[in-house]
Amino acid sequence: MDNTVFTLLPLMILVGFSLLVLVADMMLAREQRPALGIVALIGVIVSLISCSWLWNAPQTAWSDMIVSDHFALFSYIIFLVSTGLTLLLSMRYLSEEDIQFGEYYALLLLAATGAMLMASGLDLMTIFIGLEILSISVYILAGFARRNERSLESALKYFLLGAFATGFFLYGIAMVYGATGTTNIKVISQVVSEGTIRSQSFLWIGIALLVAGFGFKVALFPFHVWTPDVYEGAPTSVTAFMSTAVKAAGFAAFGRVFLSALQPMHADWTGILWILAVFTMFFGNITAIAQRSVKRMLAYSSIAHAGYMLIAIIAGDANLSSGSLLFYLLGYAFTNVAAFGIVIYLSRKGETEFDGKDYAGLAIRHPWLAFVMAVCMVSLAGIPPTAGFMGKFYIFSAAIKAKFYWLAVLGVINSVISVYYYLRVIFVMYFEKPAADYVHGTLSLGMKIVLILSVIGIFQLGTVPGSVMALLQNSMMVFQ
Amino acid sequence: MVEYLPILVMFAIAIAMAVVILVLTHLLGPRQDDPVKLSMYESGVNPAQDSKVRFSVKFYLVAILFVLFDIEVVFLYPWAVTYKTLLSSLGWLMFWQMFIFVAVLLVGFGYVWKKGGLQWD
Amino acid sequence: MINLVWLVPLFPLIGVFINGFWGRKLPRSVIGGLASAMVGLSFIVAVLIFFDLLRQIQADHHHFYHEVHLFTWISAGAFEANIAFLVDPLSTLMMLVVTGVGFLIHVYSIGYMDDEPSLARYFTYLNLFTFAMLLLVLGNNFLLMFVGWEGVGLCSYLLIGFWFEKQSASDAGKKAFIVNRIGDFAFILGVMLTFSTFVNLGDFEGNALNFYDLFQYVIEHPTAIPTWTFSLICLLLFLGATGKSAQIPLYVWLPDAMEGPTPVSALIHAATMVTAGIYMVARCHVFFLNAPDVLAVVAVIGVVTAIFSATIALVQTDIKKVLAYSTVSQLGYMFLGCGVGAFTAGIFHVMTHAFFKALLFMGAGSVIHALHHEQDIRNMGGLKDYMPKTRWTFLIATIAIAGIPPLSGFFSKDEILWYAFSSEFGHWGLWLIGAIAAFMTSFYMFRLYFLTFHGECRVDHHTKAHLHESPSVMTVPLIILAFLAAVGGFVGIPHVFHVPNLLHDFLHPVFAEGTERFMHESHGAASTEFLLMAISVLIALAGLFLAWNFYLKNPKWKEKYESALDGLYTVAYRTLWNKYYVDELYDLVVVKPVRWTSERVLWKFGDGVVIEGIVNGVAKVTVFTGQMFRLAQTGYIQNYAVSIVIGLIIVFSYFMLK
Repeated sequence: MDNTVFTLLPLMILVGFSLLVLVADMMLAREQRPALGIVALIGVIVSLISCSWLWNAPQTAWSDMIVSDHFALFSYIIFLVSTGLTLLLSMRYLSEEDIQFGEYYALLLLAATGAMLMASGLDLMTIFIGLEILSISVYILAGFARRNERSLESALKYFLLGAFATGFFLYGIAMVYGATGTTNIKVISQVVSEGTIRSQSFLWIGIALLVAGFGFKVALFPFHVWTPDVYEGAPTSVTAFMSTAVKAAGFAAFGRVFLSALQPMHADWTGILWILAVFTMFFGNITAIAQRSVKRMLAYSSIAHAGYMLIAIIAGDANLSSGSLLFYLLGYAFTNVAAFGIVIYLSRKGETEFDGKDYAGLAIRHPWLAFVMAVCMVSLAGIPPTAGFMGKFYIFSAAIKAKFYWLAVLGVINSVISVYYYLRVIFVMYFEKPAADYVHGTLSLGMKIVLILSVIGIFQLGTVPGSVMALLQNSMMVFQ
Repeated sequence: MVEYLPILVMFAIAIAMAVVILVLTHLLGPRQDDPVKLSMYESGVNPAQDSKVRFSVKFYLVAILFVLFDIEVVFLYPWAVTYKTLLSSLGWLMFWQMFIFVAVLLVGFGYVWKKGGLQWD
Repeated sequence: MINLVWLVPLFPLIGVFINGFWGRKLPRSVIGGLASAMVGLSFIVAVLIFFDLLRQIQADHHHFYHEVHLFTWISAGAFEANIAFLVDPLSTLMMLVVTGVGFLIHVYSIGYMDDEPSLARYFTYLNLFTFAMLLLVLGNNFLLMFVGWEGVGLCSYLLIGFWFEKQSASDAGKKAFIVNRIGDFAFILGVMLTFSTFVNLGDFEGNALNFYDLFQYVIEHPTAIPTWTFSLICLLLFLGATGKSAQIPLYVWLPDAMEGPTPVSALIHAATMVTAGIYMVARCHVFFLNAPDVLAVVAVIGVVTAIFSATIALVQTDIKKVLAYSTVSQLGYMFLGCGVGAFTAGIFHVMTHAFFKALLFMGAGSVIHALHHEQDIRNMGGLKDYMPKTRWTFLIATIAIAGIPPLSGFFSKDEILWYAFSSEFGHWGLWLIGAIAAFMTSFYMFRLYFLTFHGECRVDHHTKAHLHESPSVMTVPLIILAFLAAVGGFVGIPHVFHVPNLLHDFLHPVFAEGTERFMHESHGAASTEFLLMAISVLIALAGLFLAWNFYLKNPKWKEKYESALDGLYTVAYRTLWNKYYVDELYDLVVVKPVRWTSERVLWKFGDGVVIEGIVNGVAKVTVFTGQMFRLAQTGYIQNYAVSIVIGLIIVFSYFMLK
């Protein structure tokens, strides 16, 4: 038995643990269920360890269907970080929302598995299967608060539109197959660069459909339409997961397909992605300004961030782009999960609005909490010395290196626009008087760990990004 | 394109079968419309009504579960067919792969059972 | 040991964190001790590194340059910034001075600041200052140096304006910061120019920010880069140095910097900050030697600053102001040394100056402390009986700075003057102006000394009753520094005496490779060197003699002299008293026009009408668009599906129409 079987070890571990959670769920009493979160968390940690074990020997396996290069493994780390942090957030949140079911944890692990399959798929079919595993899990998770109408509505919307988009995606794969005679990314890349395509227009239709499919997953304008409603309706912990892990999975696969399979036609597809990136950034940022709910604001901000991330792919250089993209995603994972964590904490008292009493004077009531939120906002706005700044720095410098000067300029303009609504949160927290009738809640241990880890992560990536970037050198090396 | 011919043939046969069976039932079945058959039920309910009836959601559950476990058997076929030829090269991997597959399904089965998915009421 | 060099800046940083975060909760007695201990630990590590380095150089004299790489900070293409420290004789010497003198100043501060309410803030800044300076000195690349460079500027702002409730103090802080910013801007332009020049060279393979890579390349390919590029780079770097090291035209902040607590003045003037510019020029000597025109500029600016500020110091009556102008003047000497290619001499003077100038400021602080913040020397006098320790140490420092052998100032200043005369880049004119400035130095320093410690006591009765010597936490550092100021010069005895010049030998490997193409051993005859030496001793003694007669023995001389020159004297005196009206000139030429432009043009019109209009307009349009977009979010799934399909059609048509 050769050891390439173990390229899927991190995924196998997660699947194993999700089954374990399901089995344990049947035996545990209701009030013991939060312990399942711990089990799932152990699974995530073991999986992380197995990633480091695989790190030094990148290889392809399963008839070139799977690859465990640094791009894939680092994506695993992003998904696992995001999943782990989400688990920590969820344990108490589920109890409070009265949706403490073991399936939640199992589905979260399965979703992460799907995400990992997307990142490591070296074949369009593998990516598709990963996408389905991920999507179906997340459809259910979005509707997990099944007594909550908005949660159900969001799940249904996500499911219907998601199925729609998946159809496009699959059709796109079929078209690419028709044009190139293969679904293997390596071979597609060869065929495209050698110019032995059977039908150019089939390939273009295929690419267009793939753009639509990925665009839906990562929420690019105008495929983003589901995002605000779903993010707002889904349980907040699921939103945290969706905005980080699911988006990261979408971008990992997006990057894999466009930066390696379709890299030889770089010049042909940059134009449309350029347009989409610009519209996405402007749409996300401008609409975010008009929001009053912090959760919805974060939803639009996540659309805007998809635009920034797309810039990395447009730059089109496999090494620079993938490095800056993954760096950005990791920083974004830390930042967004922490921000949603604070939304969870504050939204217990009802709606979370800027000018509502939840955020006003948070700095006085909860100085540390306000500090963490401020750090997250500063990071999202891309102000040093945070992960968000370094991420944008790398992405924009990749764009400049690839001579996309205008794109970089527009990206910077958008960062400036975004400062407005991020700083508004800080302003409300620090300069407005707290409501008198406010009742103190307590932070759960899991939440505390999330916030501490995130702040460390944000500053670590923002001040010493070099060490992480060094890991991302030639991350897609299997192809080069 | 020649290698796809069998598929085309299969398609043709499938369509032909469907058509043939429909036609056969139409031809062979005795059809005698008499006034009693066309009249109302004794209960007074009009026999012609909207076909969009609500089914109980339980049907879907059963159907989905059936499909799920049915696929397992489908998946076993190619495995069984290639078992002998691949045994020499893959060895015990052949066995364990299917073992794990079935084990996963077993957990699912246990889960469905425990959750009451197999009970009608 | 060298690999542990990161400990040196780490200790003060720890102090910053502890005092900065928990300082308010710590007992007052702990704060100062902790801050001092941190710098003391740094000093111990620095000393150990020094011996380690010495051992390595002795074992193999090529083994003088070490880099300690901590981690890569930012890496983007050719641009790679590392957090890495360099240990070579030059940085080690600077590190010793910064931590050693810095430590004594920290200890002294405990006594001086004993009645300060925000003690923790003070020591936090002080530690941060030390940290920034160490970063500047130890950084192995331009970027890290710049971080320290800016950090020092920030801390000077914080410390000079430490008593910010006092208008003059906060103004002085701002002045220091703004003037420094001008220099910093030039400096960073110089760094950018360096980076872009080297990155675009075909055969340059190193890191275009790393000192070693850059200088080694220039040494190996002396003609790869045109001279004018070097001239531009060096001019920009030197302009940066004039900001930090208080040279014409950016010296104006330093005299005002005495608004800060006196130990801060000692720290800024002696151990840190102002030496940054000299260090930078010495570090970049390879560049400067390739730009001989700029080197000449450095020498001229240095010597002109030396005499210019010496004349101002002649008439000042504020004890700290005299010292401040003397610092500017002494820094001029150091640049003179660098400008004539005698980098070792410049660094030597940095070291001896650190000893005696710290001592002078701390002695002045001791006096000010005893007199309850009286700073005017006209209201002092006769303090020698009340404050013997302060007086003796102050006297030693005065003799040292005046350049009377065998105290330290003589050796370093004389070396600079000798090179100014004899070096290839030198000129007898430079020597002459330098010598005149030396005469003035001796005169005004002894004037200061006699007026403060001798003659009748002009202190008012109330204060006189409480006159006392400062506590030993202040006087012990004075005594240590007095010892160093007295004997510090022996490490650099001129070659004509045929004893080993320790400092020269120690620093030699740093400058050897860069200078050998340009400089040869000084070609002056030994007899000339002895003659010049004798002249400078005579000059110093003449200054002493004149001051003694003017201010102590025969005050009538002074009157006679004043009446002889009559009108001219008044004009000259007033000009000097007002410091050549430079502040007024800057106010008229720079500050007022800038203010007018910024108020009338930029603020009222530019900002008020144009920018505000645009910004508010953009914001309004943005918010309006946002509201519109919001409406598009109908919540109906059919509309969403339509949106997706439209998107798909757009993407399709892009590919089809291409």
